[in-house]
This record gives sequence, structure tokens and C-alpha cells, in this order.
Amino acid sequence: MALWSCLTAMFAVGWLGCDVDVEHEDPHTAAVFQVSADDQLIAVPPPPFSEDVFPCSDCHEGEEVNRTRRVVEDHEDVVFDHDSENRWCLDCHDADNRDKLRLASGALLEFTESYRLCGQCHGPKLRDWKAGAHGKRTGSWSGKKQYLLCVHCHNPHTPQFAPLKPQPAPTRPENL
Amino acid sequence: MKSQDQTIQPAAKVSRRDAIKGLFALVALATTSGCKSDSDALDAYVQQNFREMTAEQLEEALSRWERRYAETFKKEVEVSATPAQEGVLFGYALDISRCIGCRRCVYACVDENNQSRAPQVHWIKVLEMEKDKGVNLHHADQYYDREVVPHPGKFYFPVACQQCENPPCVKACPVSATWKEPDGIVTIDYDWCIGCRCCVTACPYGARSFNWAEPHLEPDELNTKTEYLGNRPRTRGVVEKCTFCLQRARKGLYPACVEVCPVGARKFGNLNDPDGELRYIIENKRCFILKEELNTQPKFLYYYGV
Repeated sequence: MALWSCLTAMFAVGWLGCDVDVEHEDPHTAAVFQVSADDQLIAVPPPPFSEDVFPCSDCHEGEEVNRTRRVVEDHEDVVFDHDSENRWCLDCHDADNRDKLRLASGALLEFTESYRLCGQCHGPKLRDWKAGAHGKRTGSWSGKKQYLLCVHCHNPHTPQFAPLKPQPAPTRPENL
Repeated sequence: MKSQDQTIQPAAKVSRRDAIKGLFALVALATTSGCKSDSDALDAYVQQNFREMTAEQLEEALSRWERRYAETFKKEVEVSATPAQEGVLFGYALDISRCIGCRRCVYACVDENNQSRAPQVHWIKVLEMEKDKGVNLHHADQYYDREVVPHPGKFYFPVACQQCENPPCVKACPVSATWKEPDGIVTIDYDWCIGCRCCVTACPYGARSFNWAEPHLEPDELNTKTEYLGNRPRTRGVVEKCTFCLQRARKGLYPACVEVCPVGARKFGNLNDPDGELRYIIENKRCFILKEELNTQPKFLYYYGV
């Protein structure tokens, strides 16, 4: 459930420096997908989980599932403001396997592939993201590059991009 | 002056350039004891335009600058002259519906490209504009000072060199110290620039900066991986501008501003690559170029990603 770690912390601590191995098999540390015809692989860094929150089953295992739509207060760091009138936890999180996400079709999904879940509603954005027009790419323009997941920039529970403090204004010519 | 006249007169039959070279050789001999930095000063004085140097002369010029920077900054500095990649035409796209005006790009650019910290030189200017008025340079403020951005009712419009295909700055330069490279980047030979600033006034984007005073940069702020036509430290009296981080781009890397942008508003790549993100943006998004009516044909375009 609590999928989020602080955006600023991610930038400060350095996903830029996070070395994603393209051949890495563990789905919770890296995912890879193919975007273009020329086999250009794009490594996706792992999702920004809050510390000690994953796997979710550590806490949820064995508990009785309450499928009644309600406000859940156990996850204190989660502020839910993402079409909250119509949606709640179990629209995206699978009730029976808490370590997976759930598509509308019922298909289960790893957290590393969360962009497919987002794309159910935000189809054109997913298309732009795959093509490189939306989202951030780093690395090499001509070769191996890293791509951020939707959730690296948009907290899935409160997706609006958080305002930032700007760097200082330039010096006016008269004060140079 | 008198002794100089006497030196020149016997050399009346040699060319003017040889005479001057000879004169300086004599001066050098008379005033030095063969010290490397002094002979460097002489060689630097007779250095050719970048595009007219032989491979050997270029090699000498590069190592001469490496020695000079090492002396100035007390650390090893690499000066290269990486040529343009075949078949590449660099382009840039900026999503103005995403940019939040945080100025991370401005300072990442300064760090990467060794701009003077004092007096301050910025290659990127982020303009704050009013949503009600749209892209309108008459209602733009680059000195905005906000607690947090984006500010309600405002949008942000970063401007740097537009890397024109038809660059007015190049036409204006009286000494051919600036030109368009085969990969489309407009570069400057800082050693050939005479500081007349014709290019600064010719540029309709305010993209060129002039070093009015000796640039100041602390050794620990220095990016030691430099390019002759790119981010090597400049001297007083020369013009400089964005080169799409030529020292990174020609090695296949994204420019520093692309790497740092927290909202992913900056897109960079090869315009000749039909599968690249730039071509996707041009074909699928609402794009425009700044001051299209001037026929400068920028390779920097703005788009609305929404």
C-alpha cells in the first residue's frame, strides 16, 4: 500500500547514481522493457518504496480481507487524493496477494510494472512515456538509458507534482 | 618602439605575418630563458583559427591549454577536440507544460560548463510568464524570486542558444570565430574571438554572454573534462554560449540540463533518427520554435506535452 518514498529524498540520494543492471532478474530491483524496434533496452529503476514497507505481505499475511470500501488509517504516511471519490486501495492493490498490483482485468502485476496499471486510465500519457515525450530519461541519448517510473515523480496516492523551492534568481546586470 | 622599427625594416621582403612572428621570436629570446610557459605564450599568440589548424597544431594547442589550466587551477585538466559524429543532427525539445521554473538546469549548466561564478554568467535564462498572456516576451521576467514554484497563474519558459540552422550570430562575426558544426551545434573558438560582441547583438534570443571581466571559478568548482569548442574555461573579453553540452553530447550522453531536470521537461537527441523521441514529439505534439518569423530555423523547439 505505502508505495511512496519522499520525492526529494529520491533526487537528493540519487537515483541518478543508481546503477541498474539490464540483465538483473529480480523483479523488485529492476525491470526492463523494450521501446523501439532496434532492440534498444531501457532500464527502469526500482520503485521508490518507503523504507521497510515491502514486501507488504509481512504485515498483511493471514489477515482477513475486508473488501468494504472505506478510509484506511493504518498507513499514516499515505494521503489519498487520486480520484478518491471513486477509487480506493483495492482498485489497484490485490486483496489476496498484497505484494502485487491488480489490473482492472484481474491480472496481477509486479510493482516494477506499475506503469501498466497507471496506463489503464492514463493511456495517452503511457504512450508518450514509452516514446520519450513524457517523463525523464537519463544516460545516453544514443544508447543505454534509464527511465523513471510514473511513481518516481508522481506519488500514486497524491499524483500532483509537489512544488519545489527554486534556485536563486540571476544577478541583475546593475549588480554584477 | 624604436628598437621594434629597426627589427622590422630589414625584413621588408618577407610577409607581414612572418615578420611579426620573427619579431615576437626575437622579443621572446631577448626576454626569456627558454621557459615553457613563455614559449607557450608566443605559440598561443600565433595560433590559428580552430578550423585552419593542422592536426599537429591542434594537438599542440590542446596541450598548451592543458598546461595553462593546470597552472591556473593547480589540477589536471583534460582539453579535447572531439569531432562531430557522422549522421547526427542534434535537436532539443522542451515541454513548457511541464517546466516548473525551478532553475535546476541553470545551475547544472554552470557546473558542467565552467561558467564564471563572479561575475555571474548563465547560459540558460528561465523566463516567468503569465498564463493569461501566453508566450509573450514583453511580459516575461527572468528575475522572479518565489518561495516555491510553480507560482499560481504563471508558467516558465527557459531560453538558451537555439542552435539555429541559419544562425545570425555566425553571419555577424567579422573574424569567423563562430560557426555551425556538422552536427548542428554552433560553436565558438574562444581563442579567435576578438570580443567585438557583434554576435551578441545579432542573436535574437539573448543567448550569448560576454566575459566583461576575468572569469572567476574556484578550482574545486572546475569540471576538468573539457572540450576546446565547449566547456573549457574562458578568458576575459570573449563570448560564450550553450553548446548542447558538446563535451557530453558527442560522447553519447544527455546534456547536463536534461540530466538534472526534475520534471523531465527537457528532451534531447538526434533529429535524423526517425525512431527518436524528438521525431515523435514533432509528429505528435503541438510544437513551435521561438521567433519563427526571423527564419533562424532553430533546432531547439518548444512543445506542449499535455
